Amino acid sequence: MARVVVDVMLKPEILDPQGQAVQGALGRLGFAGVTSVRQGKQFVIDVDGPADDALRSRADEMATTLLANLVIEDYTVQVAD
Amino acid sequence: MSVDTVKNAETTPEAVQPYAELGLKPDEYARIREILGRRPTSSELAMYSVMWSEHCSYKSSKVHLRQFGDKIPAEAADVLLVGIGENAGVVDVGQGYAVTFKVESHNHPSYVEPYQGAATGVGGIVRDILTMGARPVAVMDPLRFGPADAPDTRRVLPGIVGGIGGYGNCLGLPNIGGELVFDPSYLGNPLVNALCVGVMRHEDIKLAKAAGPGNLVVLFGAKTGGDGIGGVSVLASETFDADGPSKRPSVQVGDPFTEKLLIECCLEIFAADLVVGIQDLGGAGISCATSELASAGTGGMHVTLDQVPLRDASLSPEEILMSESQERMCAIVEPVHLDRFLEICAKWDVTVTVIGEVTSGDRLVIEWHGETIVDVPPRTVAHEGPVYERPYARPSWQNALQADAPTPERLARPSTPAELRDTLLRMVASPNLASKTWVTSQYDKYVQGNTVLAQPEDSGMVRIDEVTGLGIALATDGNGRFAKLDPYVGAQLALAEAYRNVAAGGARPLAVTNCLNFGSPEDPDVMWQFAEAVRGLADGCLELGVPVTGGNVSFYNQTGDLPILPTPVIGVLGVIDDVERRTPMAFGPVGETILLVGQTRDELAGSEWAHTVHGHLGGLPPMVDLSRERQLADILVAGSRDGMITAAHDVSDGGLAQTIVEMALRSGTGARIFLPDDLDPFVALFAESAGRAVVVVPRSEELRFTDMCVARYVPVARIGVVDGVGKDAVLDVQGLFSVDLADLNAAAEATLPALFG
Amino acid sequence: MAPRIGVVTFPGSLDDRDAARAVRLAGGEPVALWHKDNSVAGVDAVVLPGGFSYGDYLRCGAISRFSPVMAAVIEGAQAGLPVLGICNGFQILCESGLLPGALTRNDNLHFVCRDQRLRIESVTTAWTSGYTAGQEIVVPLKNGEGGYVADERTLDELEAEGRVVARYLEVNPNGSRRDIAGISNAAGNVVGLMPHPEHAVEPLTGPTTDGLAFFTSVLTQLVRP
Repeated sequence: MARVVVDVMLKPEILDPQGQAVQGALGRLGFAGVTSVRQGKQFVIDVDGPADDALRSRADEMATTLLANLVIEDYTVQVAD
Repeated sequence: MSVDTVKNAETTPEAVQPYAELGLKPDEYARIREILGRRPTSSELAMYSVMWSEHCSYKSSKVHLRQFGDKIPAEAADVLLVGIGENAGVVDVGQGYAVTFKVESHNHPSYVEPYQGAATGVGGIVRDILTMGARPVAVMDPLRFGPADAPDTRRVLPGIVGGIGGYGNCLGLPNIGGELVFDPSYLGNPLVNALCVGVMRHEDIKLAKAAGPGNLVVLFGAKTGGDGIGGVSVLASETFDADGPSKRPSVQVGDPFTEKLLIECCLEIFAADLVVGIQDLGGAGISCATSELASAGTGGMHVTLDQVPLRDASLSPEEILMSESQERMCAIVEPVHLDRFLEICAKWDVTVTVIGEVTSGDRLVIEWHGETIVDVPPRTVAHEGPVYERPYARPSWQNALQADAPTPERLARPSTPAELRDTLLRMVASPNLASKTWVTSQYDKYVQGNTVLAQPEDSGMVRIDEVTGLGIALATDGNGRFAKLDPYVGAQLALAEAYRNVAAGGARPLAVTNCLNFGSPEDPDVMWQFAEAVRGLADGCLELGVPVTGGNVSFYNQTGDLPILPTPVIGVLGVIDDVERRTPMAFGPVGETILLVGQTRDELAGSEWAHTVHGHLGGLPPMVDLSRERQLADILVAGSRDGMITAAHDVSDGGLAQTIVEMALRSGTGARIFLPDDLDPFVALFAESAGRAVVVVPRSEELRFTDMCVARYVPVARIGVVDGVGKDAVLDVQGLFSVDLADLNAAAEATLPALFG
Repeated sequence: MAPRIGVVTFPGSLDDRDAARAVRLAGGEPVALWHKDNSVAGVDAVVLPGGFSYGDYLRCGAISRFSPVMAAVIEGAQAGLPVLGICNGFQILCESGLLPGALTRNDNLHFVCRDQRLRIESVTTAWTSGYTAGQEIVVPLKNGEGGYVADERTLDELEAEGRVVARYLEVNPNGSRRDIAGISNAAGNVVGLMPHPEHAVEPLTGPTTDGLAFFTSVLTQLVRP
């Protein structure tokens, strides 16, 4: 049993109004010094089989095919047992 | 840990049970033991506690609500297809169409978790309509909050509006109207009432009863999880303490996509005539659906709780029974139809499982892992709950309140032209009267392509037949301030306003739904307000000839000892033969005549002016004359049908001034107004006398229209002319003052965005 | 015989029946297509309607683009079949690569429903040939994720090639780059539009009837010999 974690974030140049809203809220709550907030998504995927290169490759494919829209998003993949 | 079975209950009668924590009183617990002849199992205790809660059993209100049936108007026989008692009432609107509609509250959950509370409120009322066999076609949302600039209002309002929009828009239901009211009394107790209306053919009406031994009990929709466990009995039968929102875990989370699939799936199932009875799962989840279906049907049902598809495998049977997971329905299906039923669910990817069958006995029996954990007479759970005769008495402060009238000596009135002009601009910008675009632009009003009138018009109107143009109209209205001054009259004023609003659009009022929002029924003052309001509403419906088809009661809207203003919200449904003939509110061509129909009196008690300028509430509410309202409605409907009227708008909050401003802003065209000589200008502009509307007619129709009013003994007076477009658009109150439409628009539009961003 | 225009229903599509009504009012024959279909039933054009297909889960249109019917839509589009994606349909076209760029959350974070003024800038597409260049129209707009984004190079390319089909006027309701409300592919047969022309086809229910020409335009293309 292996676990794949894919983190998807908007590309830096894409406007992130949700992140901005969170930043504003943090400020109003008294958290000083916050210079940036970006909001993303995390997918936690449990898969049968070992955490090997084949899985890493499949996970990458999952990310590029479905989980991330490469026009506007970047992603990272972590694989563990 | 072993499950508490019936066998176990029979052999351990002395076991201590946490009935008080579940909201049951000692005498209620004793009654359950008496009904069963033993102590209840913990599952049975859970079922009774939830089904006997105020929200589900209406125990404090039943004795009063009976009046709706006792005083049912004769007209009901012609119009009512399904009355009070089912999920929603159904009325005949002609051409073989039946319309079902209802308004409900989701007040407490929305205070705790604004977005989800409001969203699941929409989900719940939509399922109630779907369950009657109808395609839901529109929604409306009467909303009430504390002061607009209060921090807690800023906490709840955006989330609530977001939730209503988020859920309703995703379902594809146009939001065609509602209300937005701010008053200090709602600060700890915002009111989120949700209305839904649906349409079907007469032969498609479905009822919630389980009949036919051997027929299958089928659960479909979302899987069952730990949502809102105990939400109903915990939240609705308890007031909040002054420390604020601390109850977080029991709120349900909605998934509008699943509900959209459920709607399409159900409609296909209905079209194929595959169900004998159907019930949606709302408050009290499976406990409610099974006991209500069994109780209304032949009386016996057997359920294998293990069959319920779960999102969370760790749930105990008590939790499964009490879960309020959203987007679930329960149908009774003849075995011969099951395959087709399953096929349709598969097409829409809707989870579906047979969980039981109708039996020939008269008990509801539920098994878990092969053991019986529930064995009850369903009627005692669903329909024979406790009935309270709560004590009530006219409050000791009522006389003093009514004596504190807003006379000129008591409240300084504007008299100079400059003062009147300033007052107008101040009123137009006040939160209760300001433009609601900030809210309504978050709702889709176009989807389904049949919306003919929507906010800010007097009523929402939807076309239901594209060939004949048959349409229905709805309006919701309430006035907590009037109701506090006199609950009997206040309820009738709310009814009159909704009735008048439907007629203003050109539709004939047909039937009524209501959402009765009050404080704690354990407070005799509140209970008196409730009793009076229900009496007023029942008497009013009888006199207007419009039956109550169903509704909802929300008690315990109070923080500590402070209840909300008594707030009966009334929804009126009307029908129009041809939507092309509807009457909009916007001024038409320049030169047309502006008429005021009805009588204006010095009635400022409870008015927006008294509230906004002086923070005052006292005196007697405006006089209500229901026979006048009937005449006025006839005039508005006939005038619309016969093509005499260009525009009409009812006069209510903010008085005549607000009505004219709204008509002008809606059209972008101004007006020259000449107030009658026999009335003080301040009173003419800001009094809130009932039974009035502003009507705009072409000069060629003026005589025909005024003759119609005279024939009905309804006063009518020419008060102005439509005049001034573009840069010349001005509201000119002759001899007094003049305001550019641009300034009025700026004042009206700025308020909500400035407050809520 | 009237041209047949397919309207696809995905789970969660909402404006499919409204699109079908618009096709009918324009003089075409609407054909209901189901997301699980393997073909587009030989229709002459396809509309991907508005709504919240798959609840907008993951990203708007991200799951719909993999529906079986989309294989046929893509194949047809590449061969010149006229395809109009409205709102959620526009999102699906971008996700499937038939149009460049992507649609993101409205910059003000609110769903907005308003009567929107637009300028039609390209009249050489299959869906806008019935307008005049620069024509201003008013059509309802209703979305929460309508902000069009693409990199500068793509935006410049769209502008240079006259592929900006419609632009927001007076108010940019969602933060779309360069006020872009709609774009086309290079061949002009595939158009994506955020506002809803199918809600502006009847004086009774729409702010105008300015939207009808989207549907009549494609019919004139199809009836021509």
